[in-house]
Amino acid sequence: MTLDKLPIGETAVILAVGGEGDLRCHLLDMGLIPRTEVTVRKVAPLGDPLELYLRGYTMTLRKEDAARIEVRPVEEK
Amino acid sequence: MLIALVGNQNCGKTTLFNQLTGSNQHVGNFPGVTIEHKIGQVIGWRDYELVDLPGIYSIRPYSGEEKVTRDFIINHKPDAIINIVDATNIERNLYLTLQLIEMGKPMVLALNMMDELLGNHGSVDINKLSERLGIPVVPIAAAKNDGVEELMRVVAETAESTNKPRRIDFCSAGPVHRCIHTVSHVVEDHADRVGVPSRFAATRVIEEDADIIASLKLSENELELIGHAVLEMETEGGLDRNAALAEMRYRFIEAVCSECVVKAHESREMLRSVRIDKVLTNKYLAIPTFIAIMGFIFWMTFSVLGKWLSDLLALGIGKLTDIVDVSLTAYGLNPVVHSLVIDGVFAGVGSMLSFLPMIVVLFFFLAILEDTGYMARVAFVMDKLLRRIGLSGRSFVPMLIGFGCSVPAIMATRTLSSERDRKMTMLLIPFMSCSAKISIYAVFTAAFFPNHGGLVMTCLYVFGILVGILAAKILSKTVFTGKPVPFVMELPNYRMPSLKTVLLLMWEKAWDFIRRAFTVIFAATIVIWFLQTFDVRLNVVGQDSTDSLLAIIGTWLAPIFAPLGFGDWRVATALVTGLMAKEAVISTLGVLMNVGANLGSAALGTLFTLPSAISFLVFCLLYTPCVAALAALRRELGSGVKTVIVMLSQCCVAWLVAFIVHSIVGVIV
Repeated sequence: MTLDKLPIGETAVILAVGGEGDLRCHLLDMGLIPRTEVTVRKVAPLGDPLELYLRGYTMTLRKEDAARIEVRPVEEK
Repeated sequence: MLIALVGNQNCGKTTLFNQLTGSNQHVGNFPGVTIEHKIGQVIGWRDYELVDLPGIYSIRPYSGEEKVTRDFIINHKPDAIINIVDATNIERNLYLTLQLIEMGKPMVLALNMMDELLGNHGSVDINKLSERLGIPVVPIAAAKNDGVEELMRVVAETAESTNKPRRIDFCSAGPVHRCIHTVSHVVEDHADRVGVPSRFAATRVIEEDADIIASLKLSENELELIGHAVLEMETEGGLDRNAALAEMRYRFIEAVCSECVVKAHESREMLRSVRIDKVLTNKYLAIPTFIAIMGFIFWMTFSVLGKWLSDLLALGIGKLTDIVDVSLTAYGLNPVVHSLVIDGVFAGVGSMLSFLPMIVVLFFFLAILEDTGYMARVAFVMDKLLRRIGLSGRSFVPMLIGFGCSVPAIMATRTLSSERDRKMTMLLIPFMSCSAKISIYAVFTAAFFPNHGGLVMTCLYVFGILVGILAAKILSKTVFTGKPVPFVMELPNYRMPSLKTVLLLMWEKAWDFIRRAFTVIFAATIVIWFLQTFDVRLNVVGQDSTDSLLAIIGTWLAPIFAPLGFGDWRVATALVTGLMAKEAVISTLGVLMNVGANLGSAALGTLFTLPSAISFLVFCLLYTPCVAALAALRRELGSGVKTVIVMLSQCCVAWLVAFIVHSIVGVIV
């Protein structure tokens, strides 16, 4: 599935980061690389963007960009 | 010794800079770099100059700021780099560290926020980390000034001994390793010529850094060799060139962290931030809270704290003027010089200085919002709204700063990664009423709306925003048709603002304002006084005479403003001087009306009716910002012609809107 479809509060592992150009590189630099765990914390009040939690910090990403990121949900421990 | 301070955003870089340099800082320009840097002499280290470079996450050029940092280190060859790293967010922060190490400059890692990490039962094996990275590591807590002295000692040692990082190779055996080494060999001679390490050149080439590739001047043959090496890495490793290198760095960091770092589980600060965000970015509460916070700030600035201080200062200046006036009369000074001192200097500079407290109070609150981390939340909440007018949430912060002053706001657009968004945001910033216009609003609302001053001011601000939205809609449909930038931004944990940072910022703004009062405004008031005191034959005429030079210029311009309801030459003249600085509008009116700082309803009532006062306020709200803002705009747009076009279109918009408002209000009243 893609990251924008992940329900709020759930965690997934990144499989592949799609897209192209500067944005994709920026996401890679920010640590969104394959095998990284990422949690969707929240959706902004107006329905977009998303608030993500990964590698011990919080960042924002729009849904249309999150749709380029393939993830596999992690089962609750 | 030149030391460069580099680090991620939100890692305490500004706090450390302020701790190290105190108030010995100034804004300086380095040749070849369009961006202004803060430079400061390190306290207690006479020969050490520290340069504060922009907060970035990677050397890879994403916005202009990464480029600045990369080029600064290559071209200006600092004697050492201080890389400040947030210990509570070490993985992502070390990513930049690895890239900086590749640049092969003497470097020290300042591991900041150690107090926070330790407080949450985390720890770092400093010696081991230093050994693994090959550079000295110093734990600090910049906000508490802990470890900062030790840091400078290590920095001095590193800079003087020119100790370069002991290792620059972070890849383990495999396709990436092979590729980097192959490319390193290919580019080696070229890198030597340019003066960068070949490992750095190699990774920049693999990551397709266009500037670096161009500067290396590789031959066709060499480019082909590199292409082969990259292709081999991609097919063997299963990741494309960019992902492969990012992964290589993060794998190394993960390995180092698992050896050297005990991470804090759910830090107190993180939990606190999550709790605060339950309200501040809550689905229903976020926008009302934002409006309430901004309302509170404006209320404090314009009705309570700022206004009270301003009134107090105005009273003091008034008393001082009286004393000087009386003593000059007693001394029997030449009446023309007397008039210069009292009607020119005291009236002009004095009336402007009394607005200083309001501006300082406004910047105080804006600095707190920025420093606590709330501004980032505002961008997060507002992103969708701004996308509707063709921008992203990141443009919101420069616009908010625009309420303080257009100059830093225009400069703050540098954090935006697309040219389109930058230009559009710059054009919209003047619609956010800057604090210098407060002086105009304050005087006019006091005269025409004595009981509803705060309300009218708020309406003006909102009106400016509405016209801005309309302008943005039109701009995004005509001039700027592209797509807005993606919205990728860190949401830092909420932190207590550092008192030192806030105070330094206030001091900086206040000083800037005072300097302008005594330079631009001082000169403007003297010029105005001169034009007003003499006629074409340089005979002395009365203060409010219609024969003066100024009256002639004003009379010439006045018909332009007649349809807006204020066709008096004195108003036209005041608006022209407003181009120097917005505060000059009021000081000029004061001088021209021959009432000095006592510009009140009695004086203004002779020039304005209620509808024309409103249309005047609207015109002032929207017309061209001051020369300082235009200069900033010119620098950022890089074109004088475009700046003039922008300036003229602003005047036209202001005229049109004021005309419409005047007509509508005229019908209602």
